Amino acid sequence: MLAAVAVTPSWYLALGAILFCIGAFGLLVRRNPLVMFMCVELMLNAVNLTFVAFGTMLGDIGGQVVVFFVLVVAAAEVVVGLGLIVAILRRRPGATADDLSALKG
Amino acid sequence: MTAAIHTLASLAQANGAQVDPLDTPSIEWAALWPAICLALGAILLLTIASLAKRWLFEGFYALFTVVAGLAAIATSIPLWDRVQDGDGPFSAVAQAVGVDGFSVYLTVVIASAVVLTALLADGYLRREGMDGPEFYVLMLLSATGGVIMASANDLIVMFLGLETLSISVYVLAAMHRRRATSQEAGIKYFVLGAFSSAFFLYGIAMVYGATGSTNMVEISSFLSGQIPLNDTALLAGFAFLLVGFGFKIAAVPFHSWTPDVYQGAPTPVVAYMASGVKVAGFAGLIRVFSLTFETYATDWQPIVYALAVLTLVVGALLAVVQTDVKRMLAYSSINHAGFILLGVQAATAQGTSASLFYLAAYTFMVIGTFGVITVVSRRGDELTTLDDFKGLAGSRPVLALVFTIFLLAQAGVPLTSGFFAKFYVLEAAVDASSYWLALVAMLTAVIAAFLYLRIIVAMYMGAPDGDDPLPELDGPEVEVPAAAGLALALCLAVTVFVGFFPQHLVDLANDAIPVLVATAP
Repeated sequence: MLAAVAVTPSWYLALGAILFCIGAFGLLVRRNPLVMFMCVELMLNAVNLTFVAFGTMLGDIGGQVVVFFVLVVAAAEVVVGLGLIVAILRRRPGATADDLSALKG
Repeated sequence: MTAAIHTLASLAQANGAQVDPLDTPSIEWAALWPAICLALGAILLLTIASLAKRWLFEGFYALFTVVAGLAAIATSIPLWDRVQDGDGPFSAVAQAVGVDGFSVYLTVVIASAVVLTALLADGYLRREGMDGPEFYVLMLLSATGGVIMASANDLIVMFLGLETLSISVYVLAAMHRRRATSQEAGIKYFVLGAFSSAFFLYGIAMVYGATGSTNMVEISSFLSGQIPLNDTALLAGFAFLLVGFGFKIAAVPFHSWTPDVYQGAPTPVVAYMASGVKVAGFAGLIRVFSLTFETYATDWQPIVYALAVLTLVVGALLAVVQTDVKRMLAYSSINHAGFILLGVQAATAQGTSASLFYLAAYTFMVIGTFGVITVVSRRGDELTTLDDFKGLAGSRPVLALVFTIFLLAQAGVPLTSGFFAKFYVLEAAVDASSYWLALVAMLTAVIAAFLYLRIIVAMYMGAPDGDDPLPELDGPEVEVPAAAGLALALCLAVTVFVGFFPQHLVDLANDAIPVLVATAP
């Protein structure tokens, strides 16, 4: 039964879309800065999957090359993001996104 | 080892395969000099500061940054001549970078923002006890990203430019270590910025899937040539790309970070964010939408129309109810973004050139405005409420006058650059038959004028409101460092000069309409 179902690249597109939505939703509902940050990474990797799937569908190597650039950018974002989170948690241990509310109006 | 290579070579010969040298793209270095000046300046500054810190004189970092920025401007001038009179627009680095009037024009604007912000930051960083090369290095790197965005000819290059621009600014926003609000601004900007970057990237993936390429020239020719295979993916890609750009230019409903970040971040950083980052964001928006997706203008114009209306109205209305001057001007910068969107929405050459005029004029007046706030906020960078500006005209009449001129320019009063900036975008909107949009824009300009007048009234009529019957005669004691004074004078000179003689800038903006180029020189 299962063997009859062929896995096509569009399955991976759907998976990418689902992962992207999970990441976006997680970022909006979670309050821990680290988890929010992980959600951003999930979104970026969902896009990577989408790129590879499109590249396979189009028979174009470009889609896979893009992934390398995105990985580098994601790594740079990790450096800056973790630095910021550490700086904040040092000042206020255990702070959540809701605690960062000095600026409003 | 040698034997192994021989074996491989003989194997290759036996199979009849030819070992070609790797085909590397030809790089037109001359076209990249402005970006190289900024990036190399950042790397050199970091190296010099680490190796020879004890021999450096005070103010060296700012001077070095100013020189790097001026070098970028100086190398842009021959490039401008070449693009306008010589070879015409061309593409460099295997069609990944397009050099046209648009990219050179915006490079000069971004480099000017770097020079002016460096002058402001010099006194500020010393006053706050955080003098060091980091601020300048990050700003130069961020400006490199902005220049890359302005000249991107490929969506992936655009993404890399956007990230180079943004990641540096996340750190800059959080730089003031003693103020908790600065870190809060940094993390808010970071989380929302990364969120929007992910959307932007997803948009690129969708457009790639629908058109089969990330190169703007190929996308454009594909879109004009045939009906796309997957229209849903393409339209979703448009929407996601707009979300990404909307965050960077602070368009409503993607503006929620702006007031918090503008209030919390160090004031010279805000000057750079309101000028350099906004210019780069609009550069990307115009290059991708007005140029690459031109044939689909009927699909994206209504969305930009709605964004422009929301941005204009929300920016103006929420600005009026604020009590913090930095927050007020954050909303006012949202309102300005709405005006620039007017030109983008027109999707005509006239609209684009009006937007470019607006961007250049706005850069100088907004840096001037935040420059005055930088010096008035005094040590600690906290005194930015409306009350802190009361009586400024009494204690520092010249500074108050200069601030008044910048605020009037932002309001669009004649004889300042702001008047012509607003006039040209409105003209473009009317010529593109967007009458209601132009009407809304004019109404919000009136509402926003009230906000600027509020600040001016606070400066000139120093009486505190209500409970204290005695007028506060002595205004704030403000010290203006020489470098900051120079930056303010330059901004003022440009704002007033363009207000009297707009034709020079108009001619430049008209020559800076972007074009898609696939040919190397």
